[in-house]
Amino acid sequence: MAKIQLENITKKFGELTAVNDVSLEVSDGEFVALLGPSGCGKTTTLRLIAGLEVPNEGRILIGDKEVTKLPPRDRDIAMVFQDYALYPHMTLLDNIGYPLKVRGVAKPDITARVTEVATELQIGDLLERRPGQVSGGQQQRASVARALVHQAQVFLFDEPLSNLDAKLRLEARAFLKHLQQEVGVTAVYVTHDQAEAMALADRIAVMNYGRVMQLGHPLDVYRRPANTFVAAFIGSPPMNLLPCEVDIHAGKILFEGDRVLDIASYRERWGGVLKNGRDITLGVRPENIAISSTEVPGSIPSRVYVIQPLGGEWLVVTQVGGELVSVRLFQDEAPELSENVWLKFDLDRTFLYDKNGDLLQ
Amino acid sequence: MRNYESTFSKLLLVLFSLACMAFFALPLLWLLTAPFTPMTTLSVEIPDNPTLDNFRTVFKNEFAIRALFRNNLIIAGGAMLSVATVATLASYGLSRTRVVGRDILVYVLMLFSSVVGGTAAMVPLFLLAYHLQLIDTHVGVILVMTGGLLPAAIFMMRDFVDSIPRSYEEAALVCGAGPFRIFRDIAFPLVRPGVAVVAIWAFVNAWGAFLIPVVMLRSPENMPASVALYSFYSEAGTPVHTLVSAYAFLYGLPVLVLYLLVNWRFGFRFFGGIKS
Repeated sequence: MAKIQLENITKKFGELTAVNDVSLEVSDGEFVALLGPSGCGKTTTLRLIAGLEVPNEGRILIGDKEVTKLPPRDRDIAMVFQDYALYPHMTLLDNIGYPLKVRGVAKPDITARVTEVATELQIGDLLERRPGQVSGGQQQRASVARALVHQAQVFLFDEPLSNLDAKLRLEARAFLKHLQQEVGVTAVYVTHDQAEAMALADRIAVMNYGRVMQLGHPLDVYRRPANTFVAAFIGSPPMNLLPCEVDIHAGKILFEGDRVLDIASYRERWGGVLKNGRDITLGVRPENIAISSTEVPGSIPSRVYVIQPLGGEWLVVTQVGGELVSVRLFQDEAPELSENVWLKFDLDRTFLYDKNGDLLQ
Repeated sequence: MRNYESTFSKLLLVLFSLACMAFFALPLLWLLTAPFTPMTTLSVEIPDNPTLDNFRTVFKNEFAIRALFRNNLIIAGGAMLSVATVATLASYGLSRTRVVGRDILVYVLMLFSSVVGGTAAMVPLFLLAYHLQLIDTHVGVILVMTGGLLPAAIFMMRDFVDSIPRSYEEAALVCGAGPFRIFRDIAFPLVRPGVAVVAIWAFVNAWGAFLIPVVMLRSPENMPASVALYSFYSEAGTPVHTLVSAYAFLYGLPVLVLYLLVNWRFGFRFFGGIKS
């Protein structure tokens, strides 16, 4: 076990800056997910930690040892690849035992250790087969077994579940979480699936354009997005983002189409940080909006656009001026809504972002 | 009316194809029947009483037999080994490193291959071999053959190596393996079908070579079978059909066997230099 430190890491491929001045610290035994859209630099960051790429600038430390320019084998890491990278010409036994074979472990010891790990992962009876002769889920377990077989200090996962179908993915997710809690190993996990990141990680680093946009506990990242990118990326459906103007002296937020929201009681919270009331974005999660068929104080009018049943809940999409606002209703019966409804935001869970998209707090 | 037309044109097409087939198949048929016929002419005829006498006579020709079973095996085997080894290593290097102008390099190499292996370069190649004292040695022939075959071999192999996902090697890197170990344990087993195809291709090319051995070699006991074939010509310079066909039959067998072997082991797909 060891901590990982990235200090001001920059990686360029020709003109393209894949990772831009990223600093990140993963504590001993912590599970950190790198989350972001494709091309955001998350996989490159992982490959930099693995030693498959060398940074242009910055330092990487694993434990207390600087490894910035060391090859992978001198870093004591284990990695699970997106395509599993199981060698097609070897049996699962040879595949899983390969890290031990490379380290010169005696053959009987390799067989014993591989059998132990494989049995734990419920693929103990498949060891004589080749990767092509087992299912996708079993291949995935085999690739995890290969990472587990030698007790590395650091575990790296590169989208290990993205090649599984939906049902298997949920199973494998639970299995990985259980495994991580049991082994308690330091892990960095790359994914583009926010649900996976939320479910597995102790902390999430949301990345975009090679930068870390927010780093924090999954629920903090969800409840209090640090900028509009994170707000729009996390959550399904994501946070509602509405352009508006704020007149803090009058205690009002003005939306398109002369809709006015009274925020007089929140003047203190926002008054200190608001320099200019123009080009503001208001962010509120769909579950933090109450909806009613009649006008109530502190609400804004809107029109129902579509109602979608989602089983245990309802997703009501309404129109405020030209913007669509999603509202989640947790009730069994179909909501009885007229065409015109009033939306009341939970102002304790409503956030304002400046014109650069950063949270005003 | 239209139906008649299409049937007629189909019939014509079939007849034309049959004619073409016969044109190419007849010499091969001759090669299968002639060696077993006591008195061969140039026409294809099923022998009434097949005989192995022709082969007995051929085996009495020490010069020709040594050419086929010793010199040809040395030259073709040597060329196969060196082409397969160098092409595998070179294409792996070309595929896995970032070299500026890599693709141009490969195409220029391709262009050179037709020069090195071709007639135009025979004089400089002869002079080079002369100064290196490689005239009348099998090593000299093997080197020239290798030089001629390598570029095309590298071109074919590179496609193979390019098709192997890099994550296999990266996984091995993370497992702690060094470059040599990765090549031996991971990369080579994965490109083995490609190596086999290139090796057989080099073998067949060197097996049938005539011009390079006849220029590079001096003494009769070093000549390969393609040259030794002329020992079955009469003093007047006309071929003795029975013996030439029997010898040619023996000469062609190893190539056929190799083809069947590789086909059985790996399957002959077309692994060409064509980007899909």
